[in-house]
Amino acid sequence: MAYSDKVIDHYNNPRNVGSFDKKDPSVGTGLVGAPECGDVMKLQIKINPDTQIIEDAKFKTFGCGSAIASSSLATEWLKGRSVDDALAIKNTAIVKELNLPPVKIHCSVLAEDAIKAAVRDYQQKQTTEEPKAEEAAVNA
Amino acid sequence: MALKLPIYMDYHATTPCDPRVFETMRPYFTEVFGNAASRNHQFGWEAEEAIENARKQAADLIGASSKEIVFTSGATESDNLAIKGVAEMYYERGDHIITAVTEHKAVLDSCKKLEKRGFRVTYLPVGSDGLISADDIKNAITDKTILVTIMMANNEIGVIQPIAEIGKVCKEKGVVFHTDATQAIGKVPFNVSELNVDLASFSAHKIYGPKGVGGLYVRRKNPRVVLVPMMDGGGHERGMRSGTLNVTGIVGLGKACEIAKQEMPVENERVFSLREKLRKGIMDEIPDVYVNGHPTERLPGNLNVSFAYVEGESLLMGINDIAVSSGSACTSASLEPSYVLKALGVGEELAHSSIRFGLGRFNTEEEVDYTIGRVNEAVNRLRELSPLWEMVQEGVDLSKVQWAGE
Repeated sequence: MAYSDKVIDHYNNPRNVGSFDKKDPSVGTGLVGAPECGDVMKLQIKINPDTQIIEDAKFKTFGCGSAIASSSLATEWLKGRSVDDALAIKNTAIVKELNLPPVKIHCSVLAEDAIKAAVRDYQQKQTTEEPKAEEAAVNA
Repeated sequence: MALKLPIYMDYHATTPCDPRVFETMRPYFTEVFGNAASRNHQFGWEAEEAIENARKQAADLIGASSKEIVFTSGATESDNLAIKGVAEMYYERGDHIITAVTEHKAVLDSCKKLEKRGFRVTYLPVGSDGLISADDIKNAITDKTILVTIMMANNEIGVIQPIAEIGKVCKEKGVVFHTDATQAIGKVPFNVSELNVDLASFSAHKIYGPKGVGGLYVRRKNPRVVLVPMMDGGGHERGMRSGTLNVTGIVGLGKACEIAKQEMPVENERVFSLREKLRKGIMDEIPDVYVNGHPTERLPGNLNVSFAYVEGESLLMGINDIAVSSGSACTSASLEPSYVLKALGVGEELAHSSIRFGLGRFNTEEEVDYTIGRVNEAVNRLRELSPLWEMVQEGVDLSKVQWAGE
């Protein structure tokens, strides 16, 4: 199967690889997929508490080139967005941007799930009392 | 010699035609073009002579007599002919067939089709090393068993089944024994008498011959095996496979067999040492790499390994100037990881992380050195990208994690 140039570019030069401290209350972590399915994505967002804007995003992905590219692209798109705008990112936009073939659509779905999971994790941390924030992150 | 890219290391999928094979075939396209079944002129005689020469070359490679070789379009056809041909011929004796779960699809799907026609098939499981034992076969045979079909060397993991022992059991029990020897014949010693094999499938393109031609060994004595043909027509190949013979291809198959027979001892040693160099070069450098299948009972050129925490298709992308294959679901049309690795009890995660290296006649030491470097670099890079690797480094037990995707 031939990959699109954009998938190859993200695979060769993945953007925003890395990790934030998941206990940091300003960080939301999404971990989706399962090793048995061949895809696991960890996507993290770091939110400015004053502006509620995503200042930074990082990812690590176990998966095929399209999964790596989908999560790499998602981190690029997340930076500078509000939390609400982050939730507006749809998998179909990722499919379009990366020219993913039908068999790789699930990679984009997983990236969308990872965004949602990261936002949910961040929001849960905010509704929890400050001292318990750490506990919530550990359970995440 | 300068390294030429890309490197071909997928010799289980197919092999390039050996130039000596190609040169032998060349005149049969345009000069010696006769129909081997034309009995009344020079053109036919020459073609027939070429066919009989190739038949002898193929027979010599496996310790058979020329009359026991039936030419086909390849191993898939040979498997179909052997299994369905036996079932249709011997159905009055019984309706039971024994095979193994790790067989090639040509065998498994032939068996499944026979199940639809009312035959009963036992699919024996394999051990974690990929092997089945002769005792497993012995215990599965009933008085209704008419055929045992067990491959000699597995196309994915390269493990070599104890064919001689299985052949002995089948002989004792009077059950016809077929082996899909596509990956074995021409690669490892194979003798139909020593192995007590009644039927054996093989293919030219796996042994440096052309695609589209193969053969089936059909025992003529002790016992004489008779098959119902799949292809009806002019009664070629002693009635077992009608159709004008592919003279050019068969000449190539014969030459490939001749070369394999002559060069096997030296070639095996060379390919084996390249395989071991590759295995050590990878496994000495990278942790958490696992060999799939028995460590020693395997083809000299096969290395099937799983790189934990790295997905196979992404690894293939990282070594895209080396042609290998993966058991990862992402590389298959079905989106299912390798059924062979699953049968070994390799976890699905490790099945997704598997790479099959198939080394062969034209690989060089420089190519292996280059491959080791590329693989190690790509695995390290992808592990830096892998959340699983990170979690393991942090001391997380991945088997205890509740995955969202499950």
